[in-house]
Amino acid sequence: MGGNRIPFARSGAQYAHASNQEMLTAALDGLVARFGLQGERIGEVAAGAVLKHSRDFNLTREAVLGSALAADTPAYDVQQACATGLETVIGLSNKIKLGQIESGIAGGVDSASDAPVAVSEGLRRVLLELARARTTPQKIAALTKLRPADLKPNAPTTAEPRTGLSMGEHQAITTSRWSISRQAQDELALASHANMAAAYDRGFFDDLVTPFRGVSRDGNLRADTSLEKLGALKPVFGRNLTGEATMTAGNSTPLTDGAAAVLLGSEDYAREHNLPMLANVVDAEAAAVDFVHGKEGLLMAPVYAMPRLLQRNNMTFDDFDFFEIHEAFASTVLSSLAAWEDEDFCRTQLGLPGALGTVDRTKLNVNGSSLAAGHPFAATGARIVASLAKSLAEKGSGRGLISVCAAGGQGVVAILEAR
Amino acid sequence: MTDTYLKLVNAQPFSRVAKAAGLPRPVPLRRYVPGAPLVPGPVLVLGRSRSTQAAAETLLEWNLDVRRHLRPKEKFGAAVVVLDDLAHPGELSDVLLELGNGLRNLLPGGRIVTISRSVASGLPPQVAAARQAVDGMLRSLAKELRGGATANGILLGEGVDVGAPSVRDALEFLLSGKSAYVDGQFITVGSDSGKRQKPAVLPLAGRTAVVTGAARGIGAEIVNVLRRDGAQIIAVDVPAAGEQLAQVANGAGGTALQVDITAPDACERILQHAASRYGGLDIMVHNAGITRDRLLANMDEARWNSVLAVNVEAQLRINEQLLDSDIFDADGSIVCLASTSGIAGNRGQTNYAASKAGVIGMVRATADALAGSGRTINAVAPGFIETDMTAKIPFATREVARRLSSLQQGGLPLDVAEAVSFLASSGAAGINGQVLRVCGQNLVGA
Repeated sequence: MGGNRIPFARSGAQYAHASNQEMLTAALDGLVARFGLQGERIGEVAAGAVLKHSRDFNLTREAVLGSALAADTPAYDVQQACATGLETVIGLSNKIKLGQIESGIAGGVDSASDAPVAVSEGLRRVLLELARARTTPQKIAALTKLRPADLKPNAPTTAEPRTGLSMGEHQAITTSRWSISRQAQDELALASHANMAAAYDRGFFDDLVTPFRGVSRDGNLRADTSLEKLGALKPVFGRNLTGEATMTAGNSTPLTDGAAAVLLGSEDYAREHNLPMLANVVDAEAAAVDFVHGKEGLLMAPVYAMPRLLQRNNMTFDDFDFFEIHEAFASTVLSSLAAWEDEDFCRTQLGLPGALGTVDRTKLNVNGSSLAAGHPFAATGARIVASLAKSLAEKGSGRGLISVCAAGGQGVVAILEAR
Repeated sequence: MTDTYLKLVNAQPFSRVAKAAGLPRPVPLRRYVPGAPLVPGPVLVLGRSRSTQAAAETLLEWNLDVRRHLRPKEKFGAAVVVLDDLAHPGELSDVLLELGNGLRNLLPGGRIVTISRSVASGLPPQVAAARQAVDGMLRSLAKELRGGATANGILLGEGVDVGAPSVRDALEFLLSGKSAYVDGQFITVGSDSGKRQKPAVLPLAGRTAVVTGAARGIGAEIVNVLRRDGAQIIAVDVPAAGEQLAQVANGAGGTALQVDITAPDACERILQHAASRYGGLDIMVHNAGITRDRLLANMDEARWNSVLAVNVEAQLRINEQLLDSDIFDADGSIVCLASTSGIAGNRGQTNYAASKAGVIGMVRATADALAGSGRTINAVAPGFIETDMTAKIPFATREVARRLSSLQQGGLPLDVAEAVSFLASSGAAGINGQVLRVCGQNLVGA
């Protein structure tokens, strides 16, 4: 029915001191204001964060309690890395289709600035033992186990636990595997910025974004960037691989802070509340790949989910007017497109009779995507769903396809159709 | 912005010092509190015309303590002076001297309201003289009153009598705390349109209102008052003000619509939102406005053009589309924010004053076109109002500006909002093309 997000900000910038709970509450309050939902009991609110403090065990419920929604609105947290936001949309829309709830708010939030910092494993063990100690000698004994190295905290990283490689280094392997050129990546990044800047200028985001802490546009957006500027940046990932390193800060998403929410409901609910009906959530599919043993790239799971989703719905790429492929890295999008066009890969890896097909680049991320907006991990899915639903409503017909890759070698794809 | 002097002067020991030194002694104004009496004491009704009794009966219907004469030294809360059949200036003396005789017994926060006829062309000179005399008398009387008391007048148009719905509405507004900062002003009732017969708790119930520039200051207060009076709210402001706008909308149970009113499709988006969410639109409050102050000698194109674009050109464009649309109710009300700057001028504000005077011109011309249609358009012209904008005025200038009105203080955003809500109510349907100043009878341009 609609969506709302706060502008995304680069990590450490304007939202450096905003918590996940504050940002998610702001996204909810903006949604409430846009649709007049003050005091309304929503069927369920589902959201999540990837980088989450232990104190935020009930993050979404706490955000609901701090918002203008009715206090008797239930909520739960979801965590599926970068697919969190999209997964909340799928989960709640399924509940609505089942008739379990009439309305729902799906969303996500992430702060790379206000990330949790954990104490070292050694210090943690000492502190727990200290808490269990009853006598002074026991307490002293516990403390003597403390080593200077234990005082160093564990800072959060984006490294995969099983490989120790960062997401960028993983993607660099895939980029190399599909021979994605620096030029192609920079062109995709440029298109993302140009499309998003144009969308802002034509007021596309007027009813999708509510300013927060004085920020009214995404902090990462560079309306004036150019191929020359992007081309001047030094590669940051894949420098240890053989071959040219092509992934730069310009064609990779930066660490980002932000929150987004999507309002979902049944037809009856929308009619009773005079709410707009923008698009239907048609279907969705998740996939995972074995990146640990190097069988597939970390961010390639959506490539595998896609044919299963299309087949089930008896559709091809030709049935879609909009493609929203999350730009974790420009090369992630380009690797996916290349894989779907590769007859050999589609036969051997996807079990298809031939190539899955070609995505019409003029229909791809037409209002910009994560390279321009930034990527607060769990918020991205809700950003994409709200923007795509609006694009479909503006067009008045047609379908849109969403593809989101996620850490852990996972990916989720989904179909929306205009009403 | 707190008026520190106002607080000081109303507490010992400074109040005694101020009195002895002859310093201005502003008092906290009597403002509207739901459920509180309309006036602080008995209402004196004076007049020699047949309509005087009709006015007294209206007040009796409202359960007020109505007197035709006062006992010596008896305190009273308001006087309604009916002067609707003046044929000659000589007829004023009886009634006014009687009023003057009791004036020392007017309670703090008291009200004087005259009801007389407007001066039209083609009147016999002595009639016109008598009617115009009321104007000068009332404006002077307003300057004489102290203790937060005000004097205002209602002017009856051709064929409008004292019992007309909008006369009753205007009378209620002027007697109540809602008109706290309206002083020395006249409200012309041009027709007997309007339905309401007695004071309503929710005069705007069932109506949907758009307020532009709703994110802060006067706009946010207009939202609150229209909501208090029963209206459904669509709060509009530029996308960049969305954070505060959302808070205002959430506080008023309304919807936030982020639209730049200077965009060509602004009206279309507002109407579409109103139609889809509320089934129509009844009230349009053009409150959004900006200042870009500079002496004309230092004025640049951007400063001049942006002020005109936001303050008047956007209203012109929106009104044109609004009045063409079926979504805007057949009895719809438009209320525009003008400014005393647009009436009296203000150094450094040629652009702003041009835009606000433009609004007044637009309101009058549009009102002519709307006459008899059921729809109305009026303007509210605030004077010195305590907002973030006036808080930026240098200290000394601000202090002088505050004391320059008959009420010796700045007004509050609430005072402007009350006037807007009054003009937006269906009871005010007989009031069209008026510019109501909410300025405490500021001496500059009063």
